[in-house]
Amino acid sequence: MTTFQCILMGFLIVCAISVSFSRNLLNSILIYMSYSLIMSILWVCLESPDLAITEAAVGAGVTSVLFFATLKKIQAIRIEKDKTEKEEPENE
Amino acid sequence: MSKLKPREEYEKTHAFRFFRWLSGSKDPYVGEVEMQVQQTPVVPEETIIERMRESEMIRVRIYDKELNKTTRTFHKIYVTTAILFCCVLVAVLLMTVSYLPPSGDPSNPVNNVVSERYIEQGLQETGALNIVSGMILTYRAFDTFGETNVLFIATCCVMILLMVDDAILRKQEDINDRRFEPKNDAILQGTAFVLCPIIFIFGIYIILNGHLSPGGGFSGGAIMGAGLILYVSAFGFKKTQRFFNEHIYKIAKITALCMYGLIGTYFYMTGANEIENHIPLGIPGHILSSGIILPINICVGLEVACTMYAFYALFRRGGL
Repeated sequence: MTTFQCILMGFLIVCAISVSFSRNLLNSILIYMSYSLIMSILWVCLESPDLAITEAAVGAGVTSVLFFATLKKIQAIRIEKDKTEKEEPENE
Repeated sequence: MSKLKPREEYEKTHAFRFFRWLSGSKDPYVGEVEMQVQQTPVVPEETIIERMRESEMIRVRIYDKELNKTTRTFHKIYVTTAILFCCVLVAVLLMTVSYLPPSGDPSNPVNNVVSERYIEQGLQETGALNIVSGMILTYRAFDTFGETNVLFIATCCVMILLMVDDAILRKQEDINDRRFEPKNDAILQGTAFVLCPIIFIFGIYIILNGHLSPGGGFSGGAIMGAGLILYVSAFGFKKTQRFFNEHIYKIAKITALCMYGLIGTYFYMTGANEIENHIPLGIPGHILSSGIILPINICVGLEVACTMYAFYALFRRGGL
């Protein structure tokens, strides 16, 4: 295992722990997205590019967008009333 | 020659009732079932007194210091037990991992006849340069068919739960949903204008080259679905419905699944009965080669793209 992969594994563990310890749900989803991205890079390092493509498209893209839509539906994304500017639209 | 029945006589037959029930022109429960208008609930005085006493009891329990102490001890024990349990579980799992055979050892149980055959004769038997997709779509096509069915059933369940049938209600939902975000965001639309064609072409490339390069139906379909979601969130549902509405969704999804079923059935039947099948394998490396893998990849890709988009649309506004 190369140093690069070890660093990525460390990031993976940090992300996995901080997802469950983050109090803001929006932050949790963003950390989860980065978890999926690191995982897809790791899949490339482990010589399985098909899984990397799927992980990047499903894990980082579609699943997080679905989480965002659900958070909006249950109105868990807090909107600060003092600011005049509106909330940023969701991106992929 | 048959005699024409008069209208009154025909209305007494079972066939008339059946067709009336089928078309839904008459509700079978109206006039048959006893219905009552709902009345406003009246709370009796005893219940009110009971509730007040209960809330008083709760207040007494909150300020009970002895009870608070026991609860706090219980909480401490609970947390420590949970942490201990997690540590024991981690230790057991790590112990199990340490007993696994080392990776890359030729005497491992993984290296048996099956994987040898896949690697050595996969190219001649399936005609696919990409061993993985050759394996999952020919040797293990039955499993992949089950996976595609699972996707179909998942969309059906989400539809049952989240579909909004009323068109006016759906429109209201759409408006309510976009209350806090700008409807025509210039940055998002510019990004989508540049990125969407590239994403779609990349997805189609991955699906069509599933037997030559990494990827395949599922990955390509997921990428196309992600592109559709980006398009919808940038330009709204009205523009998307010009090229992808519920009608096209139904046609694409059901055609893809039926095509997969038909091709798969032909393949299993000929394979199981040792009959020669008439799908040419072609020259390995060409785009039109490797038998059933290319059409099946296209079917799976369509299915997955439709599923991804349908999930998003149903979550967002309860309809496609």
